[in-house]
Amino acid sequence: MAEEKQKNEVLVEVEGVSKKFCKDLKTSLWYGVKDLWSNVGGNKQERQLRPKEFWAVKDISFQLRRGECIGLIGHNGAGKSTLLKMLNGLINPDAGKITMRGRVGALIELGAGFNPILTGRENIYNNGAILGFTRKEIEEKIEAIIAFAEIEEFIDMPVQHYSSGMKVRLGFGVAAQMEPDILIIDEVLAVGDLGFILKCFKTIDDILPKTAVVFVSHSMPMVSRVCSQIILMERGRAQFQGTEVSKAIDLYYNRFTNNESNEVFNDGSLELEHVELINANSDKVAPDTLLQLKWGDPLALKFSFKLPASKAIPKFSVIIFDKEQRPVAVFEKNTLNSPIRITGDRLVFKLHHPNLQLSKGVYSINISASDMHSGSPKLRINNVLSFQVLHEEEIWQPFLLKTTYESV
Amino acid sequence: MKHLKPLEKVYQKEQGLSFLRLIIDSLQDIYRSRFLSRQLAERDIKAQYRQSILGIFWAFVTPLATAFVWIFLRSSGTVELTDTGIPYPLFAFTGTLLWSIIIESVNSPITSTNSSKSILSKINFPKEALIVSGVYKVLFNSLFKFLLLLVFVFYFGVGFHPSLLLFPLGILVMVFVGNTIGLLITPIGMLYTDVAKAIKFGFQFLMYITPVVYAVSEKDGLMKTVMEWNPFTPLILTARSLAVGTSPEYLTYFWVVLACCVPLFLLGLVFYRISIPIFVERLSA
Repeated sequence: MAEEKQKNEVLVEVEGVSKKFCKDLKTSLWYGVKDLWSNVGGNKQERQLRPKEFWAVKDISFQLRRGECIGLIGHNGAGKSTLLKMLNGLINPDAGKITMRGRVGALIELGAGFNPILTGRENIYNNGAILGFTRKEIEEKIEAIIAFAEIEEFIDMPVQHYSSGMKVRLGFGVAAQMEPDILIIDEVLAVGDLGFILKCFKTIDDILPKTAVVFVSHSMPMVSRVCSQIILMERGRAQFQGTEVSKAIDLYYNRFTNNESNEVFNDGSLELEHVELINANSDKVAPDTLLQLKWGDPLALKFSFKLPASKAIPKFSVIIFDKEQRPVAVFEKNTLNSPIRITGDRLVFKLHHPNLQLSKGVYSINISASDMHSGSPKLRINNVLSFQVLHEEEIWQPFLLKTTYESV
Repeated sequence: MKHLKPLEKVYQKEQGLSFLRLIIDSLQDIYRSRFLSRQLAERDIKAQYRQSILGIFWAFVTPLATAFVWIFLRSSGTVELTDTGIPYPLFAFTGTLLWSIIIESVNSPITSTNSSKSILSKINFPKEALIVSGVYKVLFNSLFKFLLLLVFVFYFGVGFHPSLLLFPLGILVMVFVGNTIGLLITPIGMLYTDVAKAIKFGFQFLMYITPVVYAVSEKDGLMKTVMEWNPFTPLILTARSLAVGTSPEYLTYFWVVLACCVPLFLLGLVFYRISIPIFVERLSA
């Protein structure tokens, strides 16, 4: 029963929180002096926007229980970090109320309080003290921290000679020893090598069930991996809020729809005239919307090239990229035996794939051409075309593979 | 769930808290963060000396140089000073060294806070620790100044006397008063760099209306009135008297200054606590 209660307790409660910032430093400082004065007086009157101010965060509300994770996404300057600073108690809201129940751990800056001249070991104490550990706790944990950071060999070397990755590892090693009820994470995992990131994830996975996590990231795969609720912020407001994480991610991606193709390399021997997604759902295609395909549809692309000089058919490589610009698939390249022909100075061909199993999302296509024999590059164009794959299921993995289950 | 209760924190615009509550919170945070304050002080002191060969010597350079200048001015007859009652070099050395302790104490809260700007905007920790670590650092430097003064006291033939035992207390009071003043100006001083500059500038002049390198003038006049009103006068004079074993003048004023600084210090703590979020908001978005 007590456990049940503990599971359901609301650890973070944010009610109608707003924060304003000033665009001009001189004015901002003067407002600061005025705010100082009104804070001393208890600060009862409602705050309005003064000249040159804007709402950096406006009317955000949410609740977070133990074991839940909320993702804050939005483009740069949407107010995510400001909201985090308020949650962490670094700045006070201008309206609304934040209630935090329990110990708060913030992974906002790793290695805070490090002094570059001092050794790694000394800096573990500095950083640990700032994070709220006692000397005894640090002494108990120091070996675990050093082992986690994997820098036994360099622990007595000044931190200024550490590589940036080593500093981050040491910082995370200390932070990972926190046992918070509420964990605030802001983009810190973007640094470090792969092994380290995997380690961080393991640590976070371990503490996730015991804590309420507020997670700010620009990495949507990470967000969809850990978050159970999401707020998409836009100019300080919640543009979307709810538990449908992938819906918010789609909305986020749509803000960055970029239809500009971009010729990276061209030796002049061929020129792309036209590209077309033949079987796209074209009945409702307005100029601005994306070409749409259903999951499982065939995919057919029609390319038409002009070859002013050469008569040789190049080898084409067509690659599908996801919204994060990660290559997710490549089509088989054409060979000498492929039945495509040059007519006049044109090369027009169709590329066909029977059953597209990319998961729901937006993708773009890059094409490159190289000489069939020598392999020397002739042309490369990024983002010749983008399209959207429709499916009702929201998943974050790049492929949803057609599957049947049978009893054996 | 009892243990969770004190951990609940509410952040909102209104400070629904009474002055008394804020003072208590502040003092509690000072106690809670005692390890952090020590660690921060240790870090800064270690880092400072690890990168220096002359080390603590730099803490003495300015006051000793000022004293030497005045000793020279007086011995060469360039300036004529009222009789100080004790060997003049001892008078000058005690004056400038004690004065440097006051200046360091006044600057300490602003310096400590400003140097932690980057953590202030990232991590929530008891900010009072910065003040206390500043005090530790001042005390550390003062310890060496104190030892140096002891050497002077014996070198100039004053020798041991019981009031010498109270001398450290005189220094502690100076550190306390200096920190109180520093703490009260820190909220504005963090927003505007003008404040720190004005203090540096102002204290250069303040030294000349404080009995640092010459005694309070005996003739009635503007200088005497100003010097007698100056709250630093009783601090310097009392500490010096304790060091050299003369009877302290202005002892009443000394107690008045100390008594005023206790509530002012608490007030300063409250202002500081209230002003940190504003400082973070204005300067590290």
